[in-house]
Amino acid sequence: MADHNYLLTVITFFPLMGTFTLLLLSGDDHVWIRRFTLFASVIEFIMSLFLLRGFSLADGGYQFEEFYAWIPSLHIHYHMGVDGISLFLILLTTFLTPLAILCSWNSIHEHVKEFFAMLLVLEMGMVGVFCALDLFLFFVFWEVMLIPMYFLIGIWGHGRKVYAALKFILYTMLGSILMLVGILWLFHLSGVAGNPTFDLPTIVSMLHNGQISLPWHSEILLFLAFILAFAIKVPVFPLHTWLPDAHTEAPTAGSVILAGVLLKMGTYGMLRFCLPLFPEASHRAAPMIAVLAIIGIIYAALVAMVQTNLKRLVAYTSVSHLGFVVLGIFVFNPTAMEGAIYQMLNHGVSTGMLFLVCGMIYDRRHTYEFSELGGLAKSMPVLCAFFLFACLSSLALPLLNGFIGEFMILIGTFEHHEAWAIWAATGAILSAVYLLWAYQRTALEKITVAKNENLPDATPRERLILITASVVIVFMGVASPLFTHRMDATTHALLQQVGNPASYTARHVAPQAAQPMQHDLALRSVTLERRAQP
Amino acid sequence: MFPPLQDLYRIAPELVLCAFGMLVMLIDPFVPATRKRSMGWLAFAGTLVALASLRWAALNQGSAYSGLFRVDMFSLFVHAIVIGVSALAILGSFDYLDRENIQRGEYYALILFATAGMGILAGSTELITAFVGLEMSSISTYILVGFRRTVLKSNESSLKYFLLGSFATAFFLYGIALTYGATRSTRFDVVNQAIAAHGAGPLLILGLGLIFVGLGFKVVAAPFQIYTPDVYEGAPTPVTAILACGPKAAAFAVMLRIFYSAFGSASHVWFWAIWVSAILTMCIGNFAALVQTNVKRLLAYSSIAHAGYILVAFAAASEIGVAAVLFYLAAYAAMTLGAFLIVAHVGGTNEQRLNIEDYAGLGTKHPWIAACFALFLFSLLGLPATGGFLGKLYAFQSALDQRIVWLVVIAAVNSVIGAYYYLKVVVAMYFHESNKEWAPMPMRAPMFVVLLLTAIATIYFGVLPNRLMELAIASARSLR
Repeated sequence: MADHNYLLTVITFFPLMGTFTLLLLSGDDHVWIRRFTLFASVIEFIMSLFLLRGFSLADGGYQFEEFYAWIPSLHIHYHMGVDGISLFLILLTTFLTPLAILCSWNSIHEHVKEFFAMLLVLEMGMVGVFCALDLFLFFVFWEVMLIPMYFLIGIWGHGRKVYAALKFILYTMLGSILMLVGILWLFHLSGVAGNPTFDLPTIVSMLHNGQISLPWHSEILLFLAFILAFAIKVPVFPLHTWLPDAHTEAPTAGSVILAGVLLKMGTYGMLRFCLPLFPEASHRAAPMIAVLAIIGIIYAALVAMVQTNLKRLVAYTSVSHLGFVVLGIFVFNPTAMEGAIYQMLNHGVSTGMLFLVCGMIYDRRHTYEFSELGGLAKSMPVLCAFFLFACLSSLALPLLNGFIGEFMILIGTFEHHEAWAIWAATGAILSAVYLLWAYQRTALEKITVAKNENLPDATPRERLILITASVVIVFMGVASPLFTHRMDATTHALLQQVGNPASYTARHVAPQAAQPMQHDLALRSVTLERRAQP
Repeated sequence: MFPPLQDLYRIAPELVLCAFGMLVMLIDPFVPATRKRSMGWLAFAGTLVALASLRWAALNQGSAYSGLFRVDMFSLFVHAIVIGVSALAILGSFDYLDRENIQRGEYYALILFATAGMGILAGSTELITAFVGLEMSSISTYILVGFRRTVLKSNESSLKYFLLGSFATAFFLYGIALTYGATRSTRFDVVNQAIAAHGAGPLLILGLGLIFVGLGFKVVAAPFQIYTPDVYEGAPTPVTAILACGPKAAAFAVMLRIFYSAFGSASHVWFWAIWVSAILTMCIGNFAALVQTNVKRLLAYSSIAHAGYILVAFAAASEIGVAAVLFYLAAYAAMTLGAFLIVAHVGGTNEQRLNIEDYAGLGTKHPWIAACFALFLFSLLGLPATGGFLGKLYAFQSALDQRIVWLVVIAAVNSVIGAYYYLKVVVAMYFHESNKEWAPMPMRAPMFVVLLLTAIATIYFGVLPNRLMELAIASARSLR
């Protein structure tokens, strides 16, 4: 299985090496700490670009696989691999980390070394989550990642940071511990079937060829155990309350990473685990989840509109936009699913950029309250221009990245459920309302606070950050096929695994007919595929 | 029959420990008061020799003294844990005893005797031998708990521990009597045969229940855990560290032997008792810990909660279950010992800094101590890449393997509740600024070595647990 390819291991653990090297530097030497961390993260990004070069378009399975025994007594393997879903999420992670480091250049004054060390550990955890194909390995990265984030919010955050940090970690842990029970239960089932393993591809294939028989009620329980963890992370509507607190109180770099990457882990988990492991339960739960996603889109948009705090507003936009992603996943349509994956990337860059701008404003004004802002465009035209650009990208202006993703999701949804698409589309309209209004209250209007009259405009460092993000936004908006082509094979393979809802209903009515249904299932997926490819 | 000499080899670790204990007692009067630390080094040497003699015992595995005692992988594994705990605790006690002005030889001698008792407990295959081991370790620890003679709290906890402990041992003895009455033997294998032949009558079940009371007290299983926080709080902190790891491991070991070997064919009888006790233990431990403000008490409740997690694996009643218990005990010993010794170190003279708010700012003032403490807390919490996580995972897995699903779900939810109070300490260390001056806390070499070893063990068990797991599995196999 392993063709002596160590690229994923290198990419995953390089930041950890960076951390150890960083710890050797003197804690007072802030300049070199920053430079070194930036250097390490840029190298990491460049290395991750090699993934693009070696990635095969035609292969819908895992590539760059590595497979070694780790804890043989528990049948745990070190299994890494990427496919069209995780490829770009890794790139997103390695792309956003240097930006997060750059944006904290001058805003972190205390425990500088620890701060950057935490960022690098966080990067390791995030890349690991996207690479891991062993359920145990995945869980290890999933949990390990919480700790640096917890410290980032708790030590370098502002306001009610301790409360936010604790809420963040406890919420996430509650979800993930039940997922752990689910993972162990799957392990038990694979053991009953005679091949105990934590290996995801093996378990998926055992489930599909009937080696593991999963009674309906245990499938739904297992599905719930997994989906709860991911839904908290996304967050899906009623479970979102940790997010505004965590986002608002986190330091800028923390918010960027949190919104840019951490939230994607929830939707990534749904794609990687919930759908292939529990196709039937996914289909049955889809209407409920989709409705929750739509409620989330609209509700979060409405709540965002009435925020008095800029950063909190941006935080709520995440809930709204991630609702689109969840919707796109659970309509089981190739267009919508690709749109969902693409929207994950878009949201990472756009919202990341929004948070970066927020952070830059905060560095100058030390507040996010709209009542304290207003008329900033007069003193900071460049910064505010980028702010507007980020808003436009986030509200899905054509030619910018957000448009492609939302459009694909809505088109895909419309094919199956017109009503869902129509309701979700209102969210797109609302996003224009709250984002433009936020821009207006921040950058335009009359200056009411004297401090706002003389603020320094974007520094070269800040311009570099914003230009980089903007270039990517435009690039993703006009060159989307470069991305989506690499997702095609994986998306279709995934949808083929998940099958069509109709076949499940039939299977449930006549369980004896399960065998021929398998055929039918594959056939339907093929037709779906054809329809998707013009 | 085996020659008696070989039987002596089999109890070599106990003999070494007792010999060194007596040696310490004999030499102690001739050592001037300022140089009592040398007695500690002597005792430490004793534990090292005992560890080395495990090898000797390992070469002579088998039953000794006509089935009273048995050397197998299982007993060796538990021996290694209890002797290792005592060795590290001795090293960790030096500075503490100096600060408290109670540097005395008998302290170390008592630790050695207690360890020998725990060793006997781990190896016993007969109820009276188990009783002797239990008493030997208990009586020594009663004195150790009250070792700060001038401190009221220490006296209080010693008395509490003594009274309740004797009560519990009396129950244990009564249980032995009833078991003997029902089966005409106190040897585990004979008891097992009798149950297999005649089933478990009411007398036997009552006997088993009483034995569970006695051992439940030692492993702090609910509802026999009431004494724990008071005793743990009042005892000198290094002694608390021993109490939380050593006797617990030994008592769990003998409990495994009694329940699996002697009463193995009656597992349907005790399964539900363990099930209920596990849930009670976890819930009481975790919920009570939530409201603690004293770190020592908090860790005491946490040790109750962990006994609950171990009981989850215990309830599995399978080979993997035994292996999970053993693995958990080893991982737990490393992290708990480390955590309590840090509490001892940070506590300072007269244990003045014990409240959570006293830890405010530790992260900036003493980053390495804080980092170690955070590591132990994260491990207790069950975060991946630490021994605590693997222990929990293994325990849950063994229970799920026997389809004990709801117990595992409750345990999992409990471990999230547990996260809150462990994080509370981390919050204090890193997120709060200290409002008091931090006196310098010089760390001497022995303490440093102990913390280093426990921290390395905690990470090692979490990242590369395979060796330990294989040992635990081999030990579990030898139990039958």
